[in-house]
Amino acid sequence: MIRLPLVLTFSAVLFSTGVYGVLARRNAVLVLMSIELMLNAVNINLVAFSQHLQQVTGQVFALFVIAVAAAEVGIGLAIVILIYRNRETINVDEVNLLKW
Amino acid sequence: MVAAILLQGEEAAEHVAAAPNWFVENAWLVVLLPMISAALTLFVGKRTPGKGSVYGIAAVGASLILSLGVLWQFVQNGGATYESSVDWFQIGPLHMEVGQLVDGLTAVMMIVVTAVSLAVHVYSIGYMHGDQRFTWFFVVLSLFTAAMLNVVIANNLFQLLVGWEIMGVCSYLLIGHWWEEHVNSSSAIKAFITTRIGDVPFMFGIFVLVAATGFETTNIREIGELVAGGELAVGLVSISALLLFGGTIGKSAQFPLHVWLPDAMAGPTPVSALIHAATMVAAGVYLVGRLFEIFVHAEAYVLQVVGVVGGITMLGAGLLGLVQDDIKRVLAYSTVSQLGYMVAIMSIGPIGRDAAFFHLFTHAFFKALLFLGSGSVIHACHTNNMSEMGGLRKPMPVTFWTFLIGAGALAGIPPLAGFWSKDELLVGASEGHEVLFVVMVLTAVVTAFYTTRMVMQTFFGAYRGHGHPHESPLSMTGPLVALATATLFVGWLGAGPVGAAFFDWVFFEEPEAVHLVAWVATLSIGVALLGVIAGFAVYRRWRDRDPIRSLGPVYTLLENKYYLDDIYWKGIIRPIRDPIAAAVYWFDQNVLDGVVNGAAGVTKGSAKVVNAFDQKVIDGAVNGSANLAGFTGGLLRYIQSGNVQRYAAFLFAGVVVLAIIFTRI
Repeated sequence: MIRLPLVLTFSAVLFSTGVYGVLARRNAVLVLMSIELMLNAVNINLVAFSQHLQQVTGQVFALFVIAVAAAEVGIGLAIVILIYRNRETINVDEVNLLKW
Repeated sequence: MVAAILLQGEEAAEHVAAAPNWFVENAWLVVLLPMISAALTLFVGKRTPGKGSVYGIAAVGASLILSLGVLWQFVQNGGATYESSVDWFQIGPLHMEVGQLVDGLTAVMMIVVTAVSLAVHVYSIGYMHGDQRFTWFFVVLSLFTAAMLNVVIANNLFQLLVGWEIMGVCSYLLIGHWWEEHVNSSSAIKAFITTRIGDVPFMFGIFVLVAATGFETTNIREIGELVAGGELAVGLVSISALLLFGGTIGKSAQFPLHVWLPDAMAGPTPVSALIHAATMVAAGVYLVGRLFEIFVHAEAYVLQVVGVVGGITMLGAGLLGLVQDDIKRVLAYSTVSQLGYMVAIMSIGPIGRDAAFFHLFTHAFFKALLFLGSGSVIHACHTNNMSEMGGLRKPMPVTFWTFLIGAGALAGIPPLAGFWSKDELLVGASEGHEVLFVVMVLTAVVTAFYTTRMVMQTFFGAYRGHGHPHESPLSMTGPLVALATATLFVGWLGAGPVGAAFFDWVFFEEPEAVHLVAWVATLSIGVALLGVIAGFAVYRRWRDRDPIRSLGPVYTLLENKYYLDDIYWKGIIRPIRDPIAAAVYWFDQNVLDGVVNGAAGVTKGSAKVVNAFDQKVIDGAVNGSANLAGFTGGLLRYIQSGNVQRYAAFLFAGVVVLAIIFTRI
């Protein structure tokens, strides 16, 4: 049986990787992928605590998160495609029309 | 005036007689009706058929019927004086009343006023036809009638004064009815101011009289009783009588204030007939008659003054009547002269008062007739000048015959009204008043002469004017015929042969009424015929130059009205008016304009201050806050970089900060 602190540490590393990806990558697709990493880090947390507390709620919640994440990726990718069609780029640095 | 409505209260009614007394008790209706008609005509007159003339005629007609009822019941009741009043207001111990005092004087005067007023109202429909202020004319006519009736019916001095002043205003308005011509408006002003000069002493006379009673009463009858009982200081009574007589001098156009009446002829002729012949000018005589107790019980010199003023007026004005070319001015001077008769005869005491009122009564009818007749002539010839008339007896037969009746009455030809009343005057004066008697006889000759001259110039000889004169419409000839009929018969009321009914009715307390005296009557007829024959002889062969001009310097003196107008102008009006005008001009230029300009300057200065405050402070605050918002906005906008990742970084940083804070807690 894997010990809880080990799993949480792994989850934290995965979340931080996601955060780094969101903040640092220029490519919009990669930003979306990094968001997926963060969501999955949360899922791991939920499942780990579910196992630890012997309650099924956490696992149900994780399933919801997976469904929402799928929808989010669908919409996110559609937006990226539209941006690309309009501006011939998916570099988030260049998508800054909403500035002063 | 309005408060007369309050008379319905009838608080202090003194029921002297038990007989049915409706007309006498409600005599105030006679005053009220013309007042209502004045208001009605003013507000809805223009929209009524007849343009407002119907109200006046209906109201005055009803008033005439009521007045006849009043006289009838008054006689039925044996001549009991009826008085009732309501309180108007109170000043200290002095009760101001509105009331009615119905005695013989009142009853007779009400009939005179309403009868002449009715005739004039009807006549004016024709005479004023097409006038641009037709309705207004009837408004003032009705208002005047109400005011005169108020003077007649008043039971106290202040109510009398109110009516007296309203009459003055109406006279002013009507003389200046055609104010577009300067001469008319200045005549109106002259009439008003000259009358006012008499009214000021009149008012002071009232004050002195009321003060003499210790401010107890203004009631005419009570004051009369106090004076008769010798309870007031004779000196004060004499002074107040003289001052009151000033009102008579002004209103009744007595020497030396007679100058306004001839100029008042600038007004429409019906006005001259009503106001300046029959009623308002008679109000002065009525005043002396009403307050006769005061004059009789004053010191002797008061009545002497009355006699002298009347005497000068009757002969002086009569002589002026000789030289006038304007037919209305002849009648105006004749009116002044006849009023002089009435005033002068009152100086001999109660008998004179009775005779004066009889003359007032008859004179009102025949002088109104003469004025309306002259109006008919003027209407036909479009001129006032007798030199442009002549031969009018053929085209205007009704006017001619009625005018002839009036002229005969004025000249004193029996059996017309003027003969009887003038005879009473002469009889009164013949008993111990030789000077007055001689003046009266002389005036009678002069009167007969200028009357004949007027008739000859107007109706006989060849027509000297232009155009084709024609008889006036029925609305004008009707009143002429009515008044001529009255002139034929009213004289008999006071005549000796039929029992002097007038005196018995009017003056029950004084049965010593004058009666026909053979030698006086003969003399009276003699001088009248003398004047008429002389006039006829002089004017029978008259062609173009008026024979009266042959009098030379006398003519010049009369033509210039004894230079009285010039003396007044140079000696009184100019020395008083010019300095006042100069002072007022200076005051206007320097003080009033200074105030006006100063106010403008202050306004301008304060406006500048307000403007600066508005521009600098208020606008500064508004613009300043806007600038501040813009400046801070400029600083803060740099956060909005548009870089999503930077936003996300802030977001995570915020989460981290919050996490640290919550962990600490």
